[in-house]
Amino acid sequence: MNRHTIQLDAQNRLRHFLTIEGLKRSLLIEIMDLAESFSGVSEQSVKKVPLLRGKTVVNLFFEPSTRTRTTFELAAKRLSADVLNINIAASATTKGETLLDTLHNLEAMHCDMFVVRHASSGSAHFIASHVAPHISVINAGDGRHAHPTQAMLDMFTIRRLKGDFHKLKVAIVGDLLHSRVARSQIHALSTLGVDEIRVIGPRTLIPAAAETLGVHVYHDMRNGLRDVDVVIMLRLQYERMNGAFLPSEHEYFQVYGLTEDKLALAKPDAIVMHPGPINRGVEIASDIADGRQSVILQQVTHGIAVRMAVMALTMRSHAAALEAT
Amino acid sequence: MRIRISHGRIIDPASGVDSIQDLYIAAGCIVALGRAPAGFSADRTLDAQGLIVCPGLIDLRAQLREPGEEHKATIASETRAAAQSGITTLCCPPATTPVVDTPAVVNLIRNRARQIGLAKVLPLGALTRGLDGQQLTEMRALKEAGCPGVSNDLRPLANLLVLRRAMEYAATHDLTLFLQPEDAALANSGCVHEGPVATRLGLPGIPAMAETTALASMLALAEQTGARCHFQLLTTERAVQMIAEAQAQGLPVTADVSAYHLQLTDLDVLDFDSLCHVRPPLRSQRDRDALRNGLGSHVLAAICSDHQPHEADAKLAPFVETAPGISGLETLLPLALKLVDQNILSLSAAIATITTHPAQILRLQDGGTLSPGQPADVCIFDPLHYWTLDPHHMHSRGHNTPFLDWELKGRVVYTLLDGVLIHERGAILE
Repeated sequence: MNRHTIQLDAQNRLRHFLTIEGLKRSLLIEIMDLAESFSGVSEQSVKKVPLLRGKTVVNLFFEPSTRTRTTFELAAKRLSADVLNINIAASATTKGETLLDTLHNLEAMHCDMFVVRHASSGSAHFIASHVAPHISVINAGDGRHAHPTQAMLDMFTIRRLKGDFHKLKVAIVGDLLHSRVARSQIHALSTLGVDEIRVIGPRTLIPAAAETLGVHVYHDMRNGLRDVDVVIMLRLQYERMNGAFLPSEHEYFQVYGLTEDKLALAKPDAIVMHPGPINRGVEIASDIADGRQSVILQQVTHGIAVRMAVMALTMRSHAAALEAT
Repeated sequence: MRIRISHGRIIDPASGVDSIQDLYIAAGCIVALGRAPAGFSADRTLDAQGLIVCPGLIDLRAQLREPGEEHKATIASETRAAAQSGITTLCCPPATTPVVDTPAVVNLIRNRARQIGLAKVLPLGALTRGLDGQQLTEMRALKEAGCPGVSNDLRPLANLLVLRRAMEYAATHDLTLFLQPEDAALANSGCVHEGPVATRLGLPGIPAMAETTALASMLALAEQTGARCHFQLLTTERAVQMIAEAQAQGLPVTADVSAYHLQLTDLDVLDFDSLCHVRPPLRSQRDRDALRNGLGSHVLAAICSDHQPHEADAKLAPFVETAPGISGLETLLPLALKLVDQNILSLSAAIATITTHPAQILRLQDGGTLSPGQPADVCIFDPLHYWTLDPHHMHSRGHNTPFLDWELKGRVVYTLLDGVLIHERGAILE
């Protein structure tokens, strides 16, 4: 099945959420609108709506994660679902069980949704194409490929603070090569019609033929940041670095770290974003991370509402599938 | 057994024959074309009206998985598939378990194939012991045991000094080196062509320079040592140019390409289709077109299947974690014929890439031609038979092919091995 169409059902409703690529602008807006309606829920004294009552959501994490897993868990609980957290890094696969065996075992326990993080690109797509028809798969990050809920919470944050996407210039800075977040952000930003997407980084960390993604590539951060509305800093992932990508953290911070003087080149009201966790003094100076332009903590808050929206949307398709059987 | 093959269109690129005439076989050999020899009376006549009669196909690269990986395939299962696909000679890489680095393993494989009697199997010898990239094997002994050449498969050599010595030593014993140019460090842990598709999918890439830099050093050493080299599975435009330049200089180098690299590109990986996970990777359309032109201009002399049968589980995982390789025996002939419809090769030239030219690369004393006196290894196929590759009707144990559901043209009707009819319309004759 086609990578883009597998995530939609026959009525074009969201069945799985695997990648932003190929989704229509109207669907991305629907996710943000629904997230907007959920964002009130967290502020109520009873922080729950019964949309997923009786459903079981499995957080299937083959890679460690704190923020993403916790916000997915909170989102599911606020929708009244039962949540099961499975950390596979220390579980079945080390006993020689294949990914498919693990999935079939969980299916046998009558789960309704898998939220999956895995180190291999394409794993969420692989899982979605092998699960039983009533199960929805949400990609919580697959290798370097995609992290679509992170991208949607970033879009939600931008929309709240900046309004119309069409006039915005957005810069994404850092390790684009290994970043699933950046790939999903680029697809989301171009689908939502921003004026310009810039990617900034040393040649060793910019993927081959990056411009085919519809971005402008800059190696000089000062040029790249000029007049942008949004600065998205990426985490420098030490754990992925297995070769000579960079001479040192020190030189990286000198050239590509976000500091006050560099940020001054962006528009005065530019916002600074980061998917977290941040490395203070490596890709971003502490005073910027905590400064007035930083919206990093708001991103985390918005993550819950956006993940609630995505889960609620896929469960609509799920309900229709159950009715049909 | 005396056999007359009647009214077929005989295409024998080695002798330039392309005409409708009869072919006569006796005592395992071809005895005449056209007119029957005096006193010839056929025990069996095969009606080849409307069919093409050509030499039995010779596949320069097919993994049979035995010894060592019998859960994937066996010599019995794969030579059966070969017979059904018109392939009478299979050259297999040395990466079995144990590795083909001693005459004992060569004998084991050849004896097994001889017992089964459905194809001639020629194992390449390992270039280094255990393919460890360091210590040369006893190449002279391997040659005497029947290896047509030596290869280190896709395993890296420790350094260029080992390659230099290997070339000098192989040349001493008049052995051809079968080389796969790929720099292991540049290939890194990649699994697809480095380019827009890899970037989009977030899959680690293998850059074209992994092939071209390795090929450049190999060619530089070949020039200095004078060793005869055959380069396998080229994938890039630049590599084709480099081979052309080396040939123009007069170096004794030849090259082949897989049937699937001539049809697929990295765009076929776009759905994370693990059936398109191959090594070396599928490259850009520009590279694929250059490979096709390289065949047309004879820089690339042969097409191989690069047959790699796998069990189903090997492809059932996220893309990066799947085993690379395609089960290719059954599509070798139809994909070579496809190049005729694509106006890249004439029919006779297409047949030459899977018969005459591989025979020359392997320096076979006999085989690869239908001249009288040669062993009667013959493939008879219907060039107008349209069929669809269906996993339930595949003969190879490996059903891992991206060509499932492709409409293919050209199907083998009869296969003869040493004058014995071993396959007739999909049935193996024991």
